[in-house]
Amino acid sequence: MSLILDHVSYIYGADTKLSVTALDDVSLVIPRGQFIGLIGHTGSGKSTLVQHLNGLLRPTRGTVYFHGQDIYDKEYNRKELRSKVGLVFQYPEHQLFETTVFQDVCFGPKNLGLSEKEVELRAYRALKQVGIGDDCFYRSPFELSGGQKRRAAIAGVLAMEPEILILDEPTAGLDPRGRDEILGQIAALQRETGMTILLVSHSMEDVAEYVERIIVMNRGGILLDDTPEAVFEQYQQLEEIGLAAPQVTYVMHRLKQAGLTVNTRVTTVEEAKEEILRALALRQEIM
Amino acid sequence: MGIITARDLAYEYIRRDENGNVEDILRAVDGVTLDIEAGDFIAILGHNGSGKSTLAKQMNALLTPSEGTLYVDGKNVAEEANLWDVRQTAGMVFQNPDNQIIAQVVEEDVGFGPENLGVPTQDIWARVEESLKAVGMYEYRSHSPNKLSGGQKQRVSIAGVIAMHPKCIILDEPTAMLDPKGRKEVIRAVRALNDVEKITIILITHYMEEVIYANKVFVMDEGKVVMQGDPTTIFSQVEALRQLRLDVPQVTELAYELKKSGLPLPDGILTMDALVERLVDMKG
Repeated sequence: MSLILDHVSYIYGADTKLSVTALDDVSLVIPRGQFIGLIGHTGSGKSTLVQHLNGLLRPTRGTVYFHGQDIYDKEYNRKELRSKVGLVFQYPEHQLFETTVFQDVCFGPKNLGLSEKEVELRAYRALKQVGIGDDCFYRSPFELSGGQKRRAAIAGVLAMEPEILILDEPTAGLDPRGRDEILGQIAALQRETGMTILLVSHSMEDVAEYVERIIVMNRGGILLDDTPEAVFEQYQQLEEIGLAAPQVTYVMHRLKQAGLTVNTRVTTVEEAKEEILRALALRQEIM
Repeated sequence: MGIITARDLAYEYIRRDENGNVEDILRAVDGVTLDIEAGDFIAILGHNGSGKSTLAKQMNALLTPSEGTLYVDGKNVAEEANLWDVRQTAGMVFQNPDNQIIAQVVEEDVGFGPENLGVPTQDIWARVEESLKAVGMYEYRSHSPNKLSGGQKQRVSIAGVIAMHPKCIILDEPTAMLDPKGRKEVIRAVRALNDVEKITIILITHYMEEVIYANKVFVMDEGKVVMQGDPTTIFSQVEALRQLRLDVPQVTELAYELKKSGLPLPDGILTMDALVERLVDMKG
């Protein structure tokens, strides 16, 4: 079961002089259980794309199918869709509002009309999944640290138990450990529950570390859609559209140019280390 | 005396209940002593909540020290009479460019600061021109800021600060919301201001790659300065930084991991050039 974008175009201010094409004939299949990174410079159409996945925007042309059903159909229950496709906006902690962390996380499932017991059970599970301990449950969300607030806000969406979780720049403004914690927990969640994750990010290093597939957007279209290794191999093309490859990928290309026999399809520090050690050891054996 | 001198500086956020009784005191800056010389490029690192932004806001007189003293270009920030002088000496750039741009046209936005200082109109236009040129945004002078990319908007914000002719610019996570190209543009503009205009730069960031251009790094934890030195010294201490919820640039991390695996590499390699050169030497 999957989410499918079928020739979706979206024009802001269509039929006006100032119309801007934000999405231009985008077709895309998001199968269940994938961990996907969505990258592109500011204004490339990422946010517009994401807002189609749970029906917040209606395409100017084309449509979106979820589990084989057209989500813009008159009879289609888009309210239910929004609990299945969870969207975590940028700086989600700005949306915290309740008096305690626990109540805040309960807000979503409560609105699904679930029993109180089920609501609380879900809130508890969601908070555990993002690594928030019992000691924080009954504190005001505003007393938490920046990283904790962010995770509490993500828990609010997880408590809806979505099939697909979309995160728009979940690590912006966090310190390095905070970044690792959030992404590590999301990766663990993905492994344990098989939830589909779409991570929108400006950090190429983070994307390379965690995802299995990268979608690169440019000018409202999809430029590349492949594994991290294959996408970052096109680093020159990425630079032309305002992106980059992880630093280690550049290191490998530079080493190869300098005459060292290394595989350049490397995107993480761990891979780079193994590859460099292998290349240098090989050299010594020959000599 | 340097451009910024702090002695035993402290700042407390005090929370009160409805009746004005003190409920809670958070000591965000706790006994900071530091000297920043004119022309320095300083980076301040620290995890969320370590006191970096509070320290920066005191340098700009947005917050008044609870204890200790802080002089900006010889002026005590605690004296109200110095407020405007301090803010003009030390300009500030924040994280979100959208919160800092107010005018409909780029050049008007940049002219807003000097206009408020009572600069004559002719001089304002001269300042707008030189400021926009300094950040490489002159060709966009008659554009609407709404249509610019994040990196371009942030450079307009910086131009707005430069137009006030500050001796020092404090940037509080200026690249946190930008894509890779935008980050590069902003850091390049900041380095040029330091190199060419000799403006003192204080850069607060969570991106370790941006720190390597600084000549001095301060690392904060629990309101205190816990490490200081040049980037090589700081980034040689990989484990200590991780203890502080920080990290090192990816190139430095790779060099560190290779060294742990037995390759003869020095600590604190910061640039790709340095690492590649060492590794190529090794292959013999």
